[in-house]
Amino acid sequence: MLSSPEILQTRSATPWLKSAAQIGVIGGIITISIALQGMIQAFSSRDVIYQVVTMSQAAILLTFFVMGYVAAMRLPMRAASSSIGAGAVAGFISSAALVLLIGLGNVVNLGNVFVNATPQLYELLTFKLGLPIGSLALLLAGLGLGALAGAILLLPDSPRRAILTTLAWIVGLGVLQDLIRVTFADWGFLESALRFFYASNGLSLVGALVLSVLIPALAILWDKQAPRAQTRIDRLPAPTQRALRWGSLGFGVVILFLLPALLGLYLSEVLDNVGLYLLMGLGLNIVVGFAGLLDLGYVAFFAIGAYVAGVLTSPEFSTGVIPNWWLALPIAVLASGAFGVLLGIPVLKMRGDYLAIVTLGFGEIIRLLALSDFLKPWIGGAQGIQRIAKPDLPFIQISWGPQAFYYLFLAGCLLVIFVSYRLKSSRLGRAWMAVREDEDVAQAMGINLVATKLKAFGMGALFGGLAGAIFATKLESIYPHSFNFLISINVLCLIIIGGMGSIPGVVVGALALVGLPELLREFAEFRFLFYGIALVVMMLTRPEGLIPEARRAMELEEFREEETEQATAS
Amino acid sequence: MAMLQVNDIHSYYGNIHALKGISLTVEQGEIVTLIGANGAGKTTTLKTISGQLHPRHGTITLEGERIDGLPPHEIVTRGIGQSPEGRKIFGALTVYENLEMGAYARTDKPGIARDLDFVFTLFPRLKERAKQLGGTLSGGEQQMLAMGRAMMTHPRVLMLDEPSMGLAPVLVEAIFETIQKLNQEGTTILLIEQNAAKALQVARRGYVIETGQIVLQDSAEKLRQSERVRKAYLGEE
Repeated sequence: MLSSPEILQTRSATPWLKSAAQIGVIGGIITISIALQGMIQAFSSRDVIYQVVTMSQAAILLTFFVMGYVAAMRLPMRAASSSIGAGAVAGFISSAALVLLIGLGNVVNLGNVFVNATPQLYELLTFKLGLPIGSLALLLAGLGLGALAGAILLLPDSPRRAILTTLAWIVGLGVLQDLIRVTFADWGFLESALRFFYASNGLSLVGALVLSVLIPALAILWDKQAPRAQTRIDRLPAPTQRALRWGSLGFGVVILFLLPALLGLYLSEVLDNVGLYLLMGLGLNIVVGFAGLLDLGYVAFFAIGAYVAGVLTSPEFSTGVIPNWWLALPIAVLASGAFGVLLGIPVLKMRGDYLAIVTLGFGEIIRLLALSDFLKPWIGGAQGIQRIAKPDLPFIQISWGPQAFYYLFLAGCLLVIFVSYRLKSSRLGRAWMAVREDEDVAQAMGINLVATKLKAFGMGALFGGLAGAIFATKLESIYPHSFNFLISINVLCLIIIGGMGSIPGVVVGALALVGLPELLREFAEFRFLFYGIALVVMMLTRPEGLIPEARRAMELEEFREEETEQATAS
Repeated sequence: MAMLQVNDIHSYYGNIHALKGISLTVEQGEIVTLIGANGAGKTTTLKTISGQLHPRHGTITLEGERIDGLPPHEIVTRGIGQSPEGRKIFGALTVYENLEMGAYARTDKPGIARDLDFVFTLFPRLKERAKQLGGTLSGGEQQMLAMGRAMMTHPRVLMLDEPSMGLAPVLVEAIFETIQKLNQEGTTILLIEQNAAKALQVARRGYVIETGQIVLQDSAEKLRQSERVRKAYLGEE
């Protein structure tokens, strides 16, 4: 079909309209899915700001805002009219989709297909204002918030950041109210502050207003002062700078040691879980991140560490000869490392997907062996192992709760982080890197492929065994089903999210993937949905990971530059 | 005694009989070229010599010592270095680190320093770009780096697999000049090439491989004049 001149003209006049409409449609899909999944009803009784905005309203309104912002951001050239216009269009279409749903729902009974599509949902979506006025309000909200987002994007950096930060803080503080309250309940002065900011359900209106003045003020102050402070630090003499750096490091260590006392029982438990996954993540990072061997059965080594520690210290078994967990620990770790090498041998010649499938099988074999009746007299079968010894120390009486175990995890993680760094910069680390890049070339450099790969499997398994041994003593009892395939996948995910091969990346990945879902407990059954969404968004926008390894980041950067060069050349 | 002696080797990929009795000799200090079409078995020969593939029959000796059956890393330390087909440098490492990687299996620090100097004099370009990432080099520079990296293994025989592949004509010229220079400095070279014309110019002797067998072997001069080579590999009528 040939396009006439007029059509061409209208097309070039409003190219942004189409892209804004697309964003709007996406927004519509998001809001409708939020509604149909039952989040609206589930969160309608919780307020972000007491008696002003409920959590479900916040979810819908924020979607309008974000869609407007994204639509305006996608404009190739940003004029005031088109930015506000694009935002408004995107926001409006997002809300129009919801209104369509409401309208349709009032004519046809959608409840047969979507169990959450009830009159109650429509009532909540129309702000309880009745169908006509409520729909209009919803449309206006979409239009207005979208336009507002487009307008905010036009602001200079500093105030724009201040506004967005404030918005994020208020929503965050409102949503995480229970967690924050419980955590800081015993903090004296903070508690009275909390009582001011929080109402019985959500932030108090006064508190929210104070925050919306306080946070932008602080944000703008920070924007102004931070670079200045940085230059002042840069101007200090080198020894002072070094002292400052050691000082802040020391401060960080002190905070790390005080964390369980500061955060209380629940968050300490969360941190313990983070520590457990961090240990495994750092171990798998050696195999996958350093040496490039895709291992999907990593849970096997975790299981071996746990079972060896369990069998050795539990009085239920005749083998439970070692009453002290600390004596069993090195045996568990070494046994796990030995299995790592052993399982490495048959897969030496495999690469990529084949390796992944076979290691996946290994993980399952270990779990099934643990479950089997055949080995039941020795490792307990489906009943698992109970009464595993606690890591008691001589002379000190310790009550083993999550807060005490935090220190065990902390010590383990610090040790493993240290070893990881040393390995990475070692000769062996370079050999792993070469094998990761190209096995044939690595061999042509005189690198012993067999030894290098087995060392990677072995080292990774050692760390996994350490995690397993600590896990066993923490829970006091272990069962085969604690060692399922999903653990391997979770550990792999946190490495990928953090940035393959990057040690700080693993730490951040563990915090994000293990810590965050715990914090999201407020969202009950929806938290894995958020988890999944976060993973997808992450892979789309930052495929190299949160804190990518320096070299990989460089590579990706160059790759992108090349792509853009080619694009401009053609 | 010959530097490198390949004696009637048969190699297989699974059940595929890829090399059907290859024999060739490389004497100390010469450039020997192995020419042939795609799929004739040139790279397979190289892989067999370097130990990535083990021959089912036949022997390979380096200065009289059997090396067939040894693992690849062992063969490298015995003195066979290679610059692989397609260069395959470490894109995420700097030029300097790539060269360091070549010396991975060595422990003689003064020797490594000497070889590094040698590589940098041979390829001043690499010295200029020592801190640049390997992946950012041009094709010609990457080939230089691959050759320099192979030299860092301190080879007694250097095997070059298709060094001119995918390079602009000017660069091809430069690469062959470097090969000659390397040889003049005392490096024994086994050169695998599709560019027969160029290869026969720099080499002293040559072998022609077709479907896993050596079909011709002679001095480079005579091969250049042979009708079979001229028709099939030099594109002359």
